[in-house]
Amino acid sequence: MTQSLAVASREDAKLATADVTIHKVNVSYGSNHVLKDVDLQIRAGEFFAFLGPSGCGKTTLLRLIAGFNVATSGEVRIGGKDVSDLPPWKRDVGMVFQSYALWPHMTVAENVAFGLEERRMPRAEINTRVATALGMVGLSHLAARRPSQLSGGQQQRVAVARTIAIHPKVLLLDEPLSNLDAQMRVQVRRELRDLQQRLGITTIFVTHDQEEANTICDRIAVMKDGVVQQVGAPMDVYEHPVNLFVASFLGTANIIEGKVVQDGGRRVFEMGGALRLPVPEGAVLPPGARLVFRPQHASLAAPDSASPALKGVVKHREFLGATVRYEVEVGTSSVVVDAPFQTGASLYSAGDAVGLTLPLSSIHWLAD
Amino acid sequence: MGGFALFHLPTIGQLRRSATPGQFALALAIFIFLILFLVIPVGTVIYVAFTERGTGSFTLVNFQDFFSNDLFMRSLWNSIWVSAMTVVWASVIALPLAYLTTRFEFRGAVLIQTLGFLPLVMPPFVGAVALQMLFGRNGTFNLLLDDTFGFKIPFMEGLSGVVFVQALHYFPFILVNLSTSLRNIDRSMEEAAQNLGCSGFRLFRRVVFPLAMPGFVAGASLVFVKVFDDLATPLLLNVKEMLAPQAYLRVTSIGIADPMGYVISVMLIVGSVLVVWLSAQALKGKDYATVQRGGGGLSKRKLKPLEGLMAYSVVVFLLALVLMPHFGLLLMSFATVWSFSPLPDAFTLSHYGRVFDDSWVYVKNTLIYASMAAGIDVVIGTAIAYLMLRTKLIGRHWLDWLATAALAIPGVVIGIGYLRTFYDISLPGGAPLASFWMIIVLALAIRRLPYALRACVAALQQVSVSLEEAAENMGATKARTVRRIVVPLMAGGILAGFVTSFSTAAVELSATLMLVQANADAPLAYGIYVFMQSAAGRGAGAALGVVAVVFVGLCAFITHLIVERSQRSKGFES
Repeated sequence: MTQSLAVASREDAKLATADVTIHKVNVSYGSNHVLKDVDLQIRAGEFFAFLGPSGCGKTTLLRLIAGFNVATSGEVRIGGKDVSDLPPWKRDVGMVFQSYALWPHMTVAENVAFGLEERRMPRAEINTRVATALGMVGLSHLAARRPSQLSGGQQQRVAVARTIAIHPKVLLLDEPLSNLDAQMRVQVRRELRDLQQRLGITTIFVTHDQEEANTICDRIAVMKDGVVQQVGAPMDVYEHPVNLFVASFLGTANIIEGKVVQDGGRRVFEMGGALRLPVPEGAVLPPGARLVFRPQHASLAAPDSASPALKGVVKHREFLGATVRYEVEVGTSSVVVDAPFQTGASLYSAGDAVGLTLPLSSIHWLAD
Repeated sequence: MGGFALFHLPTIGQLRRSATPGQFALALAIFIFLILFLVIPVGTVIYVAFTERGTGSFTLVNFQDFFSNDLFMRSLWNSIWVSAMTVVWASVIALPLAYLTTRFEFRGAVLIQTLGFLPLVMPPFVGAVALQMLFGRNGTFNLLLDDTFGFKIPFMEGLSGVVFVQALHYFPFILVNLSTSLRNIDRSMEEAAQNLGCSGFRLFRRVVFPLAMPGFVAGASLVFVKVFDDLATPLLLNVKEMLAPQAYLRVTSIGIADPMGYVISVMLIVGSVLVVWLSAQALKGKDYATVQRGGGGLSKRKLKPLEGLMAYSVVVFLLALVLMPHFGLLLMSFATVWSFSPLPDAFTLSHYGRVFDDSWVYVKNTLIYASMAAGIDVVIGTAIAYLMLRTKLIGRHWLDWLATAALAIPGVVIGIGYLRTFYDISLPGGAPLASFWMIIVLALAIRRLPYALRACVAALQQVSVSLEEAAENMGATKARTVRRIVVPLMAGGILAGFVTSFSTAAVELSATLMLVQANADAPLAYGIYVFMQSAAGRGAGAALGVVAVVFVGLCAFITHLIVERSQRSKGFES
């Protein structure tokens, strides 16, 4: 009795997990270059996300780690060992499929036991592990059901239980929340995060939804057209995007075109409509740089107030609840400004002339 | 720009990863099987037709003989005529049934569609004798006609008899395909035409029928080929001047060394292939399935009272006609003497007694042959489906094409080819391999493989690839994944393929008529055929026929139930 309890509690403890290194990986199908020189280090025990729009190669990269895709060049190392030549069934990486891929001819318990049976474990141990895994996702009472008798959220948890039952070195999640409704999504992503923390397992999460990635991941890799654009903690990437794509993919960004001119020894950013903004001393501008700032970092003021950075005219006003969103015409560009909504606060209306204030610290100079 | 990347040749590594050694071996084994039991026998037939007897050198003399022989030319035209007229009459039966049941709120539409299948669970030649009793010169119908009006209608005379029997037997192929096509037309097609001012018969002629055309062509070409190849029906109706009977008679009366039997076989192949090819050409690029997701078929409207009366009369008349062979057969199986009278003189159960007594061997043989053939078919069908859909093995489509090619090879040709190819190979006991009963099983398996293969391919297409990837991800090898995931999930489809193969193999005669060497090895269809040739054996033959119909019908029904249930328990929506 005490012994089995001890086993159960050890089950709950952290799994032996591994880091994942992706080294100079290229994947192409004919002339279609899906992944280009991808280099990533995913630390052991980390919750990592591949984030990007559809077609950016994030799922291809995940399937490459699972062994379902083959790299044209480069290598994938799990726990320091090159797995490029290992078939999927020898990799010990658990994958939760977007469609869950539960086998309809097996019960929930049989689904979860499958991987353990393939590992030729003794029946007693299989039973213990199945019970533990189902307990972890809170589905012990549904063990005898068929997948078709479960709700979408329950199916998703069975898929997770099936995967963690084999104690994989790495857990792969392929858009696991995309088939759930909005409310379930928030709940399940917290559960996934909790589970990952408890097991301490290296987890890679594929998503096109920045909110999902930001809320549960330690670090994210933003991808576009088969190229990793930026890697970092969600907040860092949001605050310091390296290019226009990352800036606009993570949240809303105002992007204003213009060029840098010299004016009496000082650099000035010249925009359409003869507007000028002095470039701060020491700012590093890449070639073809544009002015980038977030809607909530700008603020509106009366046009004659002290030292507004730019002047413009309000075109639209939208009430969003916590904030009021203004669309302001600045020269030939149109920018979005979010102001917090407070009772009694004075609002601007369409047609009002306004001044736009920008803290220098929140301005980015970014190129493609 | 980028035009040089048209051909993307796989590297050795990709080849190695795309198929395991086991998969290579499997593909090779199937390939050898198809070569041995399809390509070589058919190739032998073609080879003999084009070579000089004795020397083995190439010659066209045999074909000159064929084309200058009046009997053969007449047989050729007769075969074409009978096949074409069967298509016409089968369409006359199928068209109203298909149209009425898909276009109107029709009570009993399901019954009609189901009854439409009944002719298929009985060999056509069995119906031939029954129809002879009902519609022949001295059959029920003509005797009554003669008594009342003083004239007879020659339904069953010569070629018309063959057309009559075949049309009643094969119309379901047109009915099923046409109904499917009609159901696949979205109502928006029709509504758009109505919106532009088209209605009534013009609407049918200009929009509905053209959209249903592919289904009609597919069904019609199938009927043509089936009739063109059929051997037993004309033989039982004593029509010998057609191609298939001529091939059979040449080989059985003059011997397997005579080249004319082979020349006729080649003509049969050419005819079948030509028709299949023509229909494929006609259907190219015409996938007219227009039903939108969630939308459903043509709008059904209610019949007005007078229309209803007409429609139901037509349907009842046609169904009565279609069920005549079954009715006649049942009557015959209980009849003592039935000759020159509208109905039998008296009824008896003795024919059934005889069937369960000394004819039981036919039933037993059929059970063994048909289940073995169907077993071979689903194993090969599943394997080809898997290789084709789940691996990138080079040449995998060849397996599919080769297996499907059997569709265009007439049964007589398979029979003659097997006889010629396997006659010279001796069994350990000294008897020729061609006389071994297993050869009959193989012939049946090759003939029915295309049907089982289609069923297996459809079943595998229903299984999502991610279910297999999940198994591999959980540690199952390719082979284990097939065993634990793929096959169980395909089970319903595999079973359906098994039954299709089984029930059609159980009533097949064209290929086996030539291969049966001993009565003890004979299957049901052969037994019925032998019985039916003499007036005295007709009662027993009919009883055997009834047993066959009930037997096959029951198998099909039970399987249908099993498939339904297993699909539902797996959560598939059917």
